[in-house]
Amino acid sequence: MTSTGLGLRDRVTRLVEAATTPLLPRDYLDLFAPLRSGADLRGKVVAKRHETADAVTVVIRPGRGWREHVPGQYIRIGVDVDGVRQWRAYSVTSDRAATDGTISICVKAIPDGKVSNHVVRELRPGTVIQLDQATGEFTLPAQRPAKALFVTAGSGITPVMGMLRNHLDELPDAVLVHSAPTAQDVVFGDELRALAASGRLRLVERHTERDGFLKPAELAELVPDLHERTTWACGPAGLLESLEEHWAAEGIADQLLIEQFRPRVLVTGEGGAVTYNKTGTTVESDGATPILDAAEEAGLIMPSGCRMGICYGCVLPLREGAVRDIRNGELTVAAPGDGVLVQTCISAAAGACDIDH
Amino acid sequence: MTALQKKSDNPVAHLSAADVEEIGRRLDAIRQEVVDSRGADDAAYIRKVIDVQRKLELASRAVLLLSKFPPAWIIGTAGLSVAKILENMEIGHNILHGQWDWMRDPKIHSTTWEWDMASPAEQWKHSHNELHHTYTNVIGKDNDLGYGIMRVDEDQKWIPLYLAQPLWNFVNACFFEYGIAAYDLELGKNLATEERRNDPKFKAAAKQVLKKIRKQATKDYLVHPALSGPSFVPTLAANFVANLVRNLWSHSVIMCGHFPEGVETYEKTSIDGETRGEWYLRQMLGSANISGSKAMHVMTGNLSHQVEHHLFPDLPSNRYAEIAPKVKAIFDEYGLRYHTASLPKQVASAWHKVFRLSLPNGWMAATTPANAPKQVAQLYKLTTGGPKVRRAYDRAQRAQAEQALAA
Ligand SMILES: Cc1cc2nc3c(=O)[nH]c(=O)nc-3n(C[C@H](O)[C@H](O)[C@H](O)COP(=O)(O)OP(=O)(O)OC[C@H]3O[C@@H](n4cnc5c(N)ncnc54)[C@H](O)[C@@H]3O)c2cc1C
Ligand code: FES
Repeated sequence: MTSTGLGLRDRVTRLVEAATTPLLPRDYLDLFAPLRSGADLRGKVVAKRHETADAVTVVIRPGRGWREHVPGQYIRIGVDVDGVRQWRAYSVTSDRAATDGTISICVKAIPDGKVSNHVVRELRPGTVIQLDQATGEFTLPAQRPAKALFVTAGSGITPVMGMLRNHLDELPDAVLVHSAPTAQDVVFGDELRALAASGRLRLVERHTERDGFLKPAELAELVPDLHERTTWACGPAGLLESLEEHWAAEGIADQLLIEQFRPRVLVTGEGGAVTYNKTGTTVESDGATPILDAAEEAGLIMPSGCRMGICYGCVLPLREGAVRDIRNGELTVAAPGDGVLVQTCISAAAGACDIDH
Repeated sequence: MTALQKKSDNPVAHLSAADVEEIGRRLDAIRQEVVDSRGADDAAYIRKVIDVQRKLELASRAVLLLSKFPPAWIIGTAGLSVAKILENMEIGHNILHGQWDWMRDPKIHSTTWEWDMASPAEQWKHSHNELHHTYTNVIGKDNDLGYGIMRVDEDQKWIPLYLAQPLWNFVNACFFEYGIAAYDLELGKNLATEERRNDPKFKAAAKQVLKKIRKQATKDYLVHPALSGPSFVPTLAANFVANLVRNLWSHSVIMCGHFPEGVETYEKTSIDGETRGEWYLRQMLGSANISGSKAMHVMTGNLSHQVEHHLFPDLPSNRYAEIAPKVKAIFDEYGLRYHTASLPKQVASAWHKVFRLSLPNGWMAATTPANAPKQVAQLYKLTTGGPKVRRAYDRAQRAQAEQALAA
């Protein structure tokens, strides 16, 4: 039964394909139903809400192919900024129970930021954007910790907000230490303060314009039992680095999970001409710009993911040449035939390179 | 037209090397201006054209389901013809040039696009983008000059076979998409010897083309007619006519781009060590524009702005109209001929050239109603006589030309 059923379906598919060649049936269906099941994953912006002067929550209705996310995970969105498709990662902030099949992200505009400014200021409800399924390891374990600590700063609150909205009731003892320049700059400020007022969360707000940047030593004072806690931290690179050092020094490095929004750039080096053999394109690339960015700038379609060196969605074989990891300066050299796999989002050219793409 | 280098009245003789490089710099600046201002409006434009084209095609094919009713046949065929023209010209040709790659949309990208044409996108991109656009109008290098089957320049030796070239040209126009596929395969050259015929690369390419043709033909001449049930035959005819219309139209537009009288051609050796400025200059004088309405420009895929397209093949087609006056100003300033005329004029001019060059050099110009019988007799002699007769004729022609020049 099933096999003939499948056979019939296959035959119909093939017939429809024969009728639409050289395009595919989906090229026509996309005109009318971009969110249908079977389509590339897309989402429709249904609402935008200001959280602070420069941060907005964007509510998105994902297409039928959307698979549930785990709070704390991020999605990638592809938006057209000045006509150019740009992909960026954003943590999912929505409450799974309360929403009607929509999800939300919260985007904070960064000075000169291409995508964040577009999303905050230009993106209109009704726009269809590209989506990727949620991914990421920055989540709560199935066995919820008895004592949890969240350390966040700025827009780093977003993945934690996703966890709190969905799972706060499963956390018997949760502390959040959050830094922002002033009280007005605290993203989700009212909601967090309400949670704190209800006694479900201990909230420590740091306003850096007054209090200065948070130091691990102060953190130890604010949260004396941090040794007993599992800690999730998300914020600027400087903060995360100092936390990692402190936790390592205390011998509790395995109790700290961090989420980074951008790679920490340590070195910038030589640069060089990067050739893409399949497209026959050569792009002059400096030693500070990831190969991924330089190639996209030149109009190439590149595979990508988190764009900060964690997901390996951007890996391509380096056929020949040298690239440098901009996070630590490590040099990767390939001789002809090697095809060393490199992450293009955190690799800059260190001389002429030949990439298999 | 004689290759530019051999002409007595060389149209670029008055330009110094510095002038040529200055022209190059100015054109680069025009290009950069467009590159810097590409944006959301341009992206919206191409998406709109694609959207309209697909809906028009769907609607036309839907109407053709009832094509045994004459009004449905007429509307459906007209709609499908327009849809196929848009698909090939403003959409396919330009996307395959990489004009829209900057959008980074994998669905509108030169590396992923496939079009409604016998020639697979990949092969066409090679012969068109890499060969034709690089060697534009260089005799012996640019196969677009006559698609390898025609005499399009005085410098090509005349043989009697060329008498039939108006006919070839017409047949090629009717089946243009197959002509292009054959030309992308370099069929003539590759079928010539046993060794070439058996070259695995050629065989693979030929197989790819046949597969594409089979799919295309199955769609137009089997699947859609079959879906029309009792309207099978009229729908088949509609598809045939739509393809014919598209072929005739695109052939005409493309002929207008490089064939009209007065468009320059170049000698093979002339492009060795060509500078960027010289390359620009060759494109400027080797292309011709078509003037007309906005709709006409869209239907030609903006190849009506052939001059601008050849200068900047990868700029979005919707921007050619806006830079045309700036480009023309450079032509004017440097005393160069900006070749433009209406569609009927350019088509007539191109056909005039096809006829003229199907005949021995100078024959058409020398023929008047009074001397016609004598001229025809001479043509008969040239056709039936051997190469010696033709060489003697050529010598006489050259002597005459030199005399005229001396006088
Ligand atoms: C896993 C993950 C989750 C993320 N979740 C969120 C989120 O929930 N909300 C959110 O607003 N952002 C989040 N980000 C960051 C987001 O993906 C973008 O990097 C950010 O919006 C900046 O993009 P842009 O195009 O505006 O800036 P770009 O145009 O790419 O950069 C402009 C300038 O800003 C600098 N810059 C880039 N990113 C940052 C940054 N994060 N902080 C400071 N300077 C920066 C660049 O070095 C550059 O100089 C996340 C990133 C990752 C990897
Ligand atoms: S894009 Fe994720 S590792 Fe490079």
